[in-house]
Amino acid sequence: MPVNPSGMLLLAAQSLSLVRGGRELFCELSLEVYAGQLWQIEGANGAGKTSLLRILCGLSRYGFEGKVLRHSRHLYVGHQSAVKALLTPRENLAWHVSGERHNTNQKIEAALAGVGLYGYEDVPSHTLSAGQHRRVNLARLALSNSPLWLLDEPFTAIDKTGVAELQMLLVAHVEAGGAVVLTSHQALQVRCEVQTLNLDRVAA
Amino acid sequence: MSAPGAAQFCVRLLRRQLLLAVRRPIEIANPLLFFAMVVALFPLGLGPSPEKLAGFAPGVLWITALLSNLLTSDAVFRSDFDDGSLEQLLLAPQPLFLSVLAYIGAHWLTTGMLLALVSPVFALMLNLPLQAVGTLVVSLLLGTAVLSLVGGIGAALTVGLKRGGMLISLLILPLYMPVLIFGGAAVQAATSGFPAAPYLAILGALLCFAVALAPLAMAAGLRISIDA
Repeated sequence: MPVNPSGMLLLAAQSLSLVRGGRELFCELSLEVYAGQLWQIEGANGAGKTSLLRILCGLSRYGFEGKVLRHSRHLYVGHQSAVKALLTPRENLAWHVSGERHNTNQKIEAALAGVGLYGYEDVPSHTLSAGQHRRVNLARLALSNSPLWLLDEPFTAIDKTGVAELQMLLVAHVEAGGAVVLTSHQALQVRCEVQTLNLDRVAA
Repeated sequence: MSAPGAAQFCVRLLRRQLLLAVRRPIEIANPLLFFAMVVALFPLGLGPSPEKLAGFAPGVLWITALLSNLLTSDAVFRSDFDDGSLEQLLLAPQPLFLSVLAYIGAHWLTTGMLLALVSPVFALMLNLPLQAVGTLVVSLLLGTAVLSLVGGIGAALTVGLKRGGMLISLLILPLYMPVLIFGGAAVQAATSGFPAAPYLAILGALLCFAVALAPLAMAAGLRISIDA
């Protein structure tokens, strides 16, 4: 694995091109994500942010040109919360389908408390709001042992304090040697360096 | 600690799917009620003569079991697709082959197996000779497992479509036919006092074949459905 001063190479995308509906979203796009980096992908609606993230995480395998090399395990958080309404938040996290490591009850409780869901561990998830569903999903970040996080619009439906807490969690992850790639329209207010990739500029 | 092994993960998925099924008991009851209703229709349509019913019973029971399985196979991956869990499953480091097998296992336990276990009641309703009841249960246990696996292929291919219900029937009903032929023949043989074991052996062979190949098709179908 190539190593540069900032850390190990976790993900490399080589000359990605994507055409959707006759429109070129991006062309010859290359991206290297090293440990300790926080990437923000910007762009107008329809610029291809979600498509790019789905290509990076491996959900989209066909219909684009280029190559993606994944050197580490990654955790993907998409638009949908992947929270089962019939299960409680505790069960959702303990038996999550993403195949992460097994977590003890205390760890799950701590993770849920960390996203402001203390006291909601054992209520059915269908009684929770949309924002709380997002928070249950984001509790997976604290439980994860994947070095690379790919987050699609993680701040959607989260309140102001939640956004601040989430940004702190992202910085802590980056400082601990992880890496984050996220799409968002809001400017990040974090104390570490943010690499930005603007898809509008790439297309132009 | 790293990611759980494939077997451990399968157990986790199986428990999760079973708990989800138990939390919605109506989903478990629906195919059984459908089975009961349709079987109850036959004496009304064919006439209540016990000899006539006994002649039709093997075929009627098997076709009804097949249709009630068809009714539920659409739902195997549907809710996971709708809430985004399916994306997460595809990204899991464990082999998808075994994960979908766990899904189908849970589906069979809550549909086919229960149906096979309650089928003697309906067999008596249609005057199936007692000597054939054991064969009916065994043939349904083996056969519905094949049906669940084949139905899973259709479910995986149509999960991305808004209205996949009709298409799934067209896709998988032809594949259901061998199971129906040998399942029905097994019960028919037992009814007439012939050995049913050869037919059951063929059903077992079909099951082995389906366990080996259907998960491959399901995994590929899911990847295509999520990619689209």
